[in-house]
Amino acid sequence: MALLDIAGLDVSFRTTGGLFPAVEDAHIAIDPGEVLAIVGESGSGKSVSMLATMGLLPWTAEVGAEKMLFDGQDLSRLTSRQRRRIVGGEMSMIFQEPMSSLNPCFTVGTQIDEMLRQHRGGSRKERRERTLELLAQVGIPDPAKRIGAYPHQLSGGMSQRVMIAMAISCNPRLLIADEPTTALDVTIQAQILDLLLQLQQDTGMALILITHDMGVVAETAQRVIVQYAGHQVERQDVKSLFAHPRHPYTEALLSALPERAGEQSRLPTIPGVVPGLHDRPSGCLFHPRCRHATEHCRQVAPRAEAGDPARTLCHYPL
Amino acid sequence: MSGDPVIHAVNLTRHYRVASRPFAAPSVVKALNEASFDLYPGQTLAVVGESGCGKSTLARVLTMIEPPTSGELTINGRRVELKEGEPPPKDLRREVQIIFQNPYGSLNPRKTVATMLEEPLKLNRRELSADQRRQAALEMIERVGLRPEHADRYPHMFSGGQRQRIAIARALMLNPRILVLDEPVSALDLSIQAQILNLLSDLQDEFGLAYVFISHDLSVVKRIADDVIVMYFGQPVETGPADEVFERPRHPYTQALFSATPIADPNRHKERVRLKGEPPSPLAPPPGCPFAPRCFMATEACTQGDPPLEAVNERVKVACIHVEKPAQTAP
Repeated sequence: MALLDIAGLDVSFRTTGGLFPAVEDAHIAIDPGEVLAIVGESGSGKSVSMLATMGLLPWTAEVGAEKMLFDGQDLSRLTSRQRRRIVGGEMSMIFQEPMSSLNPCFTVGTQIDEMLRQHRGGSRKERRERTLELLAQVGIPDPAKRIGAYPHQLSGGMSQRVMIAMAISCNPRLLIADEPTTALDVTIQAQILDLLLQLQQDTGMALILITHDMGVVAETAQRVIVQYAGHQVERQDVKSLFAHPRHPYTEALLSALPERAGEQSRLPTIPGVVPGLHDRPSGCLFHPRCRHATEHCRQVAPRAEAGDPARTLCHYPL
Repeated sequence: MSGDPVIHAVNLTRHYRVASRPFAAPSVVKALNEASFDLYPGQTLAVVGESGCGKSTLARVLTMIEPPTSGELTINGRRVELKEGEPPPKDLRREVQIIFQNPYGSLNPRKTVATMLEEPLKLNRRELSADQRRQAALEMIERVGLRPEHADRYPHMFSGGQRQRIAIARALMLNPRILVLDEPVSALDLSIQAQILNLLSDLQDEFGLAYVFISHDLSVVKRIADDVIVMYFGQPVETGPADEVFERPRHPYTQALFSATPIADPNRHKERVRLKGEPPSPLAPPPGCPFAPRCFMATEACTQGDPPLEAVNERVKVACIHVEKPAQTAP
């Protein structure tokens, strides 16, 4: 049975201009020990679907789903008290900006300790030992000294390691990493990705990686979900996604990568921009930017075919 | 290469004095150390490195926002002699323009696009009439791929890619010869990034612009750069033609940087050069080579002295004592 099983997830935000659909009909299933990447541009709803799963969205959000199961429990029926027991414990999350996600008023030791106190209990001494062990596990040199450091005394890479230590403190079975390396330099990014994959392999947890970087996807994920304007346009195994993208958006996105463009003098581009609240096109959301669009695409929104292994949201998959 | 260089920089150095706590004697942060290069019209020089390596300090020195602590800067054949806190000569200032990373922060939210584009003309080309200024702004708006009706809109009405087009248009209003691009596409989405890179290469061909392209994204640099400077901790560690540096990185830091960059190909499993630790604090520089504490090739000799940037061949220079140099070449 899948560890996390979400079907037909819809999230919309109440705005002054009306209801804005941020995510529509999302399906996410992940087994223990799997690495799944959700990739998309800004505004594609990749973070929103995971925040909805965690129950971290503001009150303006309306969340609905056909199915939202974590380890067989229906997340949508839990009381907030029951949900808090899962979130942070069995299911935890790492956020993009390590510098602004940590509380500047408390030492990192206190912040990790808070997680342990909430979810696991134990004496002060036991918790301190566990905190030191966690800091060592995420590769922070000299944990006994760093346990009393405030976030401003740490670099970006070190702060992200603290965030990871916090997230894995209660041995989660599912770890969601929301752009964990976007704010970091490449050599530090490589260290953090190595660390996440190492932890994932050691503990057998499931890892969902939200990113916009195709390079990161290729090097870490097993399966990939591509999102565009709140829709999951393609779900594929990582190798076949890069070898044979089935949705025109995925194809265009991959060919816009400078390293895949080869020797041609101009980079292939995707004309136009991602639709916003007021300019959502009829039919397929991607048709105004699609090379292959026809009249049919302009009028009828595509539906994912049940029999299609790639679950491509397109009338004419490649 | 055609003609004279538009920028000729010799040993550009910029140091800052910072007090770590009140009443303490200020210590010196060497933000930029001995950067030398020539930049020719129509060429792109990429400056690559991680945060804190001095890329943006170099941009500030080249745009004459700050004078170098030492070293020579010649722009367009004219030696720049700046005093601390003194504005640079106006005519020279026109030649160099800068584009910043974040188009959300670099445009004034209270001004329309046309006002922003006309402002440099108002200050520098006083002979133009209001109509002529407006005309010039409209032409530039179209040139960077926006529509005339965008002229009277405010920045918040544009997407990130469009804002970066506005920033480019504004920089080009005075017909500069040099554009300093400080991470111009790193805040943009992938599909928009390609549009802006294409626009930049079109403009370069059309106006013969010279670009100083500051970036940490190696796949972008590989695509557009003619020459590369790889910087670490304020120092150039490897310089040379982009093709050669990418084909055969020699400095261990360059190798590590290249291998840390993720490649969008799941079938390519490469051996990573793993770097331990993080860049050192500029207030407590390590003895000798600044990269030695993280370097996989480091030996005892590395901590003895700062390795100079030495020529490996006529094109490439490397600052590492472990890279073989040709024996006895006259300097």
